[in-house]
Amino acid sequence: MENFSVFDIIGPRMTGPSSSHTAGAARLGYIARRIIGAELDRVHFTLYGSFAETGRGHGTDKALIAGILGCEPDDARIRSAYKLARDSGVQVEFTWSDEPVEHPNTVRIEAVDVNGKETEVVGVSVGGGNILITEINHLAVEVTGDYPTLIIQHHDMPGVISDVCRVLAQLGVNIAYMKVFRHGRGDDDAFMCIESDEPVTPDMQQILLRLCPAVRELMVI
Amino acid sequence: MNYDFSNGAELVKLCEEEGVKISEAMLRREEQISDTTRQQAILEMRKDLKVMRASIKKGLTEKHQSVSRLSGGEAMLLYRYGDFDPFSGKETCHTAAAAMAVVEVNAAMGRIVAAPTAGASGILPAVLIENADQRGWTDDQLVEALFCAGAVGMLFAKNATISGAEGGCQAETGVAAAMAAAALVELSNGTPMQCLDAAAIAIKNIEGLVCDPVAGLVECPCIKRNAMGAANALISADMALCGITSLIPFDEVLTSMYSVGRDIRPEFRETAKGGLAATPTGRQIAASIKRMNSREN
Repeated sequence: MENFSVFDIIGPRMTGPSSSHTAGAARLGYIARRIIGAELDRVHFTLYGSFAETGRGHGTDKALIAGILGCEPDDARIRSAYKLARDSGVQVEFTWSDEPVEHPNTVRIEAVDVNGKETEVVGVSVGGGNILITEINHLAVEVTGDYPTLIIQHHDMPGVISDVCRVLAQLGVNIAYMKVFRHGRGDDDAFMCIESDEPVTPDMQQILLRLCPAVRELMVI
Repeated sequence: MNYDFSNGAELVKLCEEEGVKISEAMLRREEQISDTTRQQAILEMRKDLKVMRASIKKGLTEKHQSVSRLSGGEAMLLYRYGDFDPFSGKETCHTAAAAMAVVEVNAAMGRIVAAPTAGASGILPAVLIENADQRGWTDDQLVEALFCAGAVGMLFAKNATISGAEGGCQAETGVAAAMAAAALVELSNGTPMQCLDAAAIAIKNIEGLVCDPVAGLVECPCIKRNAMGAANALISADMALCGITSLIPFDEVLTSMYSVGRDIRPEFRETAKGGLAATPTGRQIAASIKRMNSREN
């Protein structure tokens, strides 16, 4: 971060005690919830590195739960997150892992929504309350949550990327950053990760799905 | 007109050329580098001030205890004692207590504003808010002062570090004290140069301070170091305002603080492996917290 805003220095407003272990964890949960996109049934968190070592004293577990239930990092309900989970009927479980990881503050989130659909998200807390989602359903991504983000799973064939970009342009959505990846050539598991200036509304998502038949699935964060 | 500045010398030059205070330069810079308008930035800072004030009040009036049960209630004790002729003087004693109050609230999972970090979040609000009534500072003035403090913090973030894991406690409570000292000087109509002198004096005072939190928690010694950081800010501001300058210029102090920070061994940079964390008592506390597996909810 080269050009610090004054609010990178004074702020964030947050529930304590730690910007990386509490505020960052709440944000990881919050973004994961947006990736899952539906009401939750149960969720299993695996904490690694410093998250596992000092997470309890920092309320990392509570922050993750509150975040995935829709609380932002300054929400006072983080403190009573276990009660919030019980009241919402969401089962939560934790594994405090001592397996080595690349980044000290890493969490793996395995969630099952009320329709039985499973989603797995891996993210890291990079400091000062900022986060990075590094994996969605075993696919390596880089999502900060700072911009409206569109993740598109599509058939790997010519023209899909230009179709999606054209439709977004017609909808007045300006692409800020974009990445494309795939598991292997010609498979059904190609991905686009698009960060935009404008949010992609549910209406726009329907239009995208209708006008781009090669798009298999679409996630908005 | 370009309002960006990347070091203290450029900031002072910009203020002198434009005839503005540091806070005004920072506000114009914010308008220029972000999508926000002047009004939006001021409004956002007002929200920060509100949460800061609430966190002091909460810490000084409500009973609270940290998740680890290591801390809570000492700020209130010091604040009350402040009325009984303390050696540090009533104002200083109350300011130190207010700084502790915020970090106690932070440890008890309450709402605070990181300034520049959660572990050093008590110093800036305490020196500004605790002295505001008596000195007649309005909320508008306090918001301005926060922009001045933000400018100083930004220079550390840009050219050094504001992370204990990277530069030790000097990067957290040290930078917070420097930010607060500069803000006090501006509120007292000191010049931009005097603001940076105050910031430099505050940092020089604790250059090299390590980050050695017991059990890795933001409690011991963080809470008491916020009290001392507030006192550091008050005296640094007084020194600058009476005309004392920093022999080593602000930018060079900043560079030396950063190079010292990088030389601090990892054990003393937030890893809880050295210093107070590695004392027999520190280790014992860490072990008992690790055993605290039962979920308190």
